[in-house]
Amino acid sequence: MKIRLLRLTALLALAGVTSLASAQSANPANVLRMVPQADLKVLDPIWTTAFVTRDHGYMIYDTLFGFNEQGEVKPQMVDTYESDPEGLNWTLKLRDGLVFHDGQPVTSADVVQSLRRWAQRDGLGQKMFAMLDNIEAPDARTIRLHFKQPFGMVLEALGKPSSSPPFIMPKRVADTPANEQISDTTGSGPYVFKADEFRPGEKIVYVKHDKYVPRDEPASGTAGGKHVHVDRVEWVIIKDAQTQANALVNGEIDMLSWVPPEQYAALKANPKIELLTPVPKGSYTLHINHHVPPFDNPKIAQAAALTLNQEALMRAQMINKDLYNACPSIYPCGSAYAAGSTAYFTGKPQFEKAKQLLKEAGYDGRPVVLLNPSDFTLLNKFPPVLAQLLKQGGFTVDMQSMDWPSLVTRRASKELPEKGGWNLFITGWGASDTMNPLYFAPMTGNGEKGWFGWTTDDKLEQLKNEFLASMDENKRTDLAHQIQLQVFETGVYVPLGESQNYTAVRKGVVSGLVNAPVSVFWNVKKQP
Amino acid sequence: MPAFFLRRILATLPVLIVVALIVFLMLRLAPGDPAAAIVGNSGTSEDIAQVRTALGLNDSLPVQFLRWVQALAQGNLGESFFMKIPVTELIGQRIEPTLSLAALTLVVAVAIAVPLGVLAAWRHGGWLDRALMGFSVLGFSVPAFVLGYVLIWLFSLHWQLLPVQGYSRLENGVGLWLRHLILPSIALSIIYIALIARVTRASVAEAMTEDYIRTARAKGISEARVLIRHGLANAAVPIVTVIGIGVALLIGGVVVTETVFAIPGLGQLTVDAVLSRDFPLIQGIILFFALIYVLINLLIDLSYIVLDPRIRY
Repeated sequence: MKIRLLRLTALLALAGVTSLASAQSANPANVLRMVPQADLKVLDPIWTTAFVTRDHGYMIYDTLFGFNEQGEVKPQMVDTYESDPEGLNWTLKLRDGLVFHDGQPVTSADVVQSLRRWAQRDGLGQKMFAMLDNIEAPDARTIRLHFKQPFGMVLEALGKPSSSPPFIMPKRVADTPANEQISDTTGSGPYVFKADEFRPGEKIVYVKHDKYVPRDEPASGTAGGKHVHVDRVEWVIIKDAQTQANALVNGEIDMLSWVPPEQYAALKANPKIELLTPVPKGSYTLHINHHVPPFDNPKIAQAAALTLNQEALMRAQMINKDLYNACPSIYPCGSAYAAGSTAYFTGKPQFEKAKQLLKEAGYDGRPVVLLNPSDFTLLNKFPPVLAQLLKQGGFTVDMQSMDWPSLVTRRASKELPEKGGWNLFITGWGASDTMNPLYFAPMTGNGEKGWFGWTTDDKLEQLKNEFLASMDENKRTDLAHQIQLQVFETGVYVPLGESQNYTAVRKGVVSGLVNAPVSVFWNVKKQP
Repeated sequence: MPAFFLRRILATLPVLIVVALIVFLMLRLAPGDPAAAIVGNSGTSEDIAQVRTALGLNDSLPVQFLRWVQALAQGNLGESFFMKIPVTELIGQRIEPTLSLAALTLVVAVAIAVPLGVLAAWRHGGWLDRALMGFSVLGFSVPAFVLGYVLIWLFSLHWQLLPVQGYSRLENGVGLWLRHLILPSIALSIIYIALIARVTRASVAEAMTEDYIRTARAKGISEARVLIRHGLANAAVPIVTVIGIGVALLIGGVVVTETVFAIPGLGQLTVDAVLSRDFPLIQGIILFFALIYVLINLLIDLSYIVLDPRIRY
């Protein structure tokens, strides 16, 4: 009898706790709770090229121009703009009603200083400012740019969607030296960052910017009207993929920004969940170190490219066929630039050709060191498959496992592999990185000054400069095709295929996600 | 006694100095550059070099060490390389979830394990003993994350009684706090139940063979009183030692449980700091852990005086 009574008491206590807590934890209708792509640590968008910092930037800052869904550059903070036919002189007028979160109006002085700071770190910004003779703010709403020589990518540079977009900050914040992180998160974007609630590793909170004036056009990409329909957005940090999915299914979060591949099938089958693709396909690339043997010989780099089997590599990494496709182009497949020839590269293995090339190049059988980031689930299934393919193509392979921070440190080493250097590694990109050859950091042919791999290819640099100067889209497309051929000729890097990242939302609860080259969270609605 | 206390407190200083030196050197000698992690995938060698300079990582090791020690002497653990937030603030944010999880786990573990251990000792060699010890083997064998997922499936997804993940701070109410900790503390306590139950069984079983137990029984005292008042009380020292070690392990060793239940505690902070090579944060956390371990050991030693009057310092 006593035991029964005790059991009943215990059950009642548990029920009391759970019902009381359930009432307290009711999800407010106007709070959007979502898991972002990664944990937010660095708040300064020019200090890092991490996607999550860029996404944070789009929440709280605005940009002069944006890319719409069709990939066209459209004015965003800018009202009107004009240039002379040669593209040497540009005048931009800011729109009315732009204010920072602290209530101060956005002025051209803020814009000029923000661009100056951005250009100290961003590759395209550096190129633009190198060609710039003068940038000035003649009045509070006007910005004038005068170039020394034609620079055809003014709009693309000022609307650059990733990885370091030119976000506009107050001048007092942009005065922070570029080698120092900003500590003031005031922006003029549609959301306000709640610095007092910033708990990295736990929760990042944004609230609506009440004084934000959206453009009249419908939202499209990073352009158009940025309307905010929720009072508060909470980025909830959940590291474990299974827990992310469980929390979404249980209604504890409303949205999962990047569905982990291993959770895709389960979420797809769940009637309470809707899978969306607001962001275009990303891609993976194999990077080759041209600074040390054997890949200092382009023929050997071509041989490595010939061993690739995109289908096998992507299947191993992405698990489900819905999540990837082969794509031999260095640009997003389906885009205008991707229509060009990929020369010998098909994305399918050509082992005999590879062996023949190795023989012609005099490959001495030295092991090629392939770096494997074994802790990084988004990349760690590629290297074992690649190692096998390279072996079948005649290479001797030494796959070395390490964590991602060790890999990114080691890839900066120009030493021989046996002295701490490397030969090959794989990484991933968003479509916004690869849509334009001048956006893509690894597209360098300037030797030791270039990106990791340090390819020396004067022709590639020449083609890039021509692309940079050109204002004619047809000519640019032709140049983009030539750049692609040159990348394969030298074996600068090799595409492994495209991946489709899904966003999962609670069906019937979350709607309005904007299709954009990067993840953006304005216009999202949450039903009670 | 006060002299012992003072001696032990002073003895912590060399321990902390040695820990600080080892951690500092190990981090600098291990592969991985925080600057490379900060600049991200599109960053260049030039970007890395700029960030290294800004973080002071190009200074010589003695200069870096001196800078850190000088700040430490003023009670300043430094600032996270990534978040630009003081290390003390970051640790402060994570103490409550970890201590709450550890405390609740320990309460659950002790409340279940000690009676089970005493029961097993009481029926030493019998079926109850064998069954309980079989259970303890199971407790040792089932990883906390497996049990965690099973509990989530059952209580959160199937019955929808408790949340899948997260932590609610005490300031938001005890009900919510408890609700978020029930499943993780059960998942985590199983191994401690197994450990404490086994130690309790062995200690009590040994105590029950002592002469004073026979004397107590001869005096006609009830078996329950013999078992608890004489058996358990005299077996308390090793049990408390294991519980104390358990507390220390819990504070630093709850990473997996924190990850499965998305509890923003010190375990996750440690792993994040290590994976991003956030040197000041790693150094600060390890020093903090070292201090906690030293203090817990001191408390265990002091508890011996209470539990066993024969012990004097």
